[in-house]
Order: sequence, then C-alpha cells, then structure tokens
Amino acid sequence: MCEKRRFSVVGLGLVVLLLISGDILGAAQPTEAAQDGFVPMGEIPPEDQLPAAPLLVAAYAIVWALAIGYLWTIWRRLAEVEKELADVARRVEERESVPENG
Amino acid sequence: MHRRLFPVLSGLSLCFFLVAPVLIVGAPYESTMGLVQKIFYFHFPAWMAMFLAIFILGISSGVYLFRRKPAADRLAVAAAELAVVFGLMGLITGPLWGIKAWGVWWQWDARLTMAVVLELILVAYLLLRQYGGAGSDRLAAGLGLFAMANVPFLYISTEIWRTVHPRTSVVPTLPVDFGVPLWWSLVGFIVLCLALLSLRCRLEEQRAMLDQLYLAVEEE
Repeated sequence: MCEKRRFSVVGLGLVVLLLISGDILGAAQPTEAAQDGFVPMGEIPPEDQLPAAPLLVAAYAIVWALAIGYLWTIWRRLAEVEKELADVARRVEERESVPENG
Repeated sequence: MHRRLFPVLSGLSLCFFLVAPVLIVGAPYESTMGLVQKIFYFHFPAWMAMFLAIFILGISSGVYLFRRKPAADRLAVAAAELAVVFGLMGLITGPLWGIKAWGVWWQWDARLTMAVVLELILVAYLLLRQYGGAGSDRLAAGLGLFAMANVPFLYISTEIWRTVHPRTSVVPTLPVDFGVPLWWSLVGFIVLCLALLSLRCRLEEQRAMLDQLYLAVEEE
C-alpha cells in the first residue's frame, strides 16, 4: 500500500515536471510572430537605443582588469612560495651544518 | 626556462596590445551593429585563447594519465586556471555586446549554454585539485580530457543549431578591414596566454620544489 502511494507520488511528480519543462521549452522557443516582429537596430528610435560606447569601454576595461588582476595574483603567490622555499632551504642548511660544527 | 620565457612573451604581447587599439579604432563600423561590434576584437580572441589553454590542459592531462609525468600535471593545472580566466573574459564581454546587438544580456541558446557548462567544468577541475585530496590528480586529468572533448562541439554549435549567435564560419571570410585587427588581437591574446602560462608553470614548479624540501626535512 505504502509502496503504491510512493509510486503514485513519484508519478505525479514526473507529470508535473514534464508539464513545467514543456512550458519552459515552449517559452524558450521564439514564436513565428516574435521572429517576424524583429526590428533591425537602425530602425529603433534613438531614445530606445542603448549607447554603445560605455559597453565597449566596459568590455575592454574588464578584459584588461582580468588580465592584470590574474597576473598580480600569480606574482603574489609566486612571491609567497619563493619566500617559503628560501626559509625551508635555510632551515635545511642550518640542520646540515650543526653536526659538522659539533 | 620559464624564467627567460616570461619576459620575452610578455614583452611581445605588450607590443601587440599597444598596437591593437590603433587597428581597432581604425576598423570600419559594421553596418547593422555599429560601434558595439568592436567588442568582437577582444571577445573572439579571448575564446580562442581559452580553447588553446583547454587543448594544453587536455593533452597534458592525457600525458599525465598514461605516462605519469609530474611536469605534465603541473602544466595541466596552470592551463586550467588560464582557461577559466579567458573563459570569464568571453562570458563577460559577450553579454555586453549582446545587450546592444540582441536587446538582451543573455540567451540560453546552444552556444552560450555550452560555454557556461565548459566554464563550470573547468571550475570543477580547479576545485577538485584544491580540495580533492589524494588521488584527485588522476580524476582531474580525466576531467581535463573531458573538457577538451567539449571544445569542438562548442565551436561548431552555431553551425548545427541556428540561434541569435553569429556563426563561427564567418570569421575566415571577414573582409580585410575587419580581419586585420581581429587576427592581430588574436595573436596578442595567444602570446599573452603563453606568457601567463609560463609564469603560472613556474609557480607550480616552485610549489613542487617546496613539497620536496618539506619531505626531505620530515625524513631527517
């Protein structure tokens, strides 16, 4: 009985999922009317048009910021590792020199 | 080797990026999109640099899986990180172009969705390397191969599924006025990618050396 109820709940869930996904897929596909209603950029009134220059500047600025920021993170990590490397190497050298002196 | 390679490559990429703005400003306006189309001169090369990094990741992952060469594993980690950075550039510049050209920031079409999925695979690779613990290097190498296998599908996606995204096949047929700044920027991005890769590899080598030193200290 309990198993039957579980199956029916799972079945109901699947049906709901299918209905929802059908809705989403249907919404994602552009309708014929929407495709016919396409307006070329040049025909849009100037007050409805987005200014292109800020978008262009933002795109180039972000690319530069990412490249320089990433380069900086590599330098920082490299400096940390090299510092640690020097510390450990010094400690190893000190250990090795102790028996010789003693 | 990386010590000498980085200054040469970074200097070369700087030369390319100093000249690129002149060529991009001088390029003609595209007839339907106007000024915003000039984002293309950084958007497309960023993706190509990402693909290069992914191919390096995939090949070095394969070498690590089958030959067990630690140097290949270090190269794979470095390339994966670079692929994420260049992928971010593409994913950010795309919507900035799209909002003007399409009227929307984002479309869940095949190309854009596959690009996001590929970026997530690369992030998963890095998370696996960071937190995966022992044995995660081999699992990550498999993921690296999987990421590489995705690239051809991503590249031809606009040819298979026609959506708002322009076809990739238009690139080789671009007129000279549009083509020169694009190929110039592309070479600049490729050289930048290799420069960053050489420096990132140096970091991995230093880390490996540090691990060996710690092991030597513990053994004593």
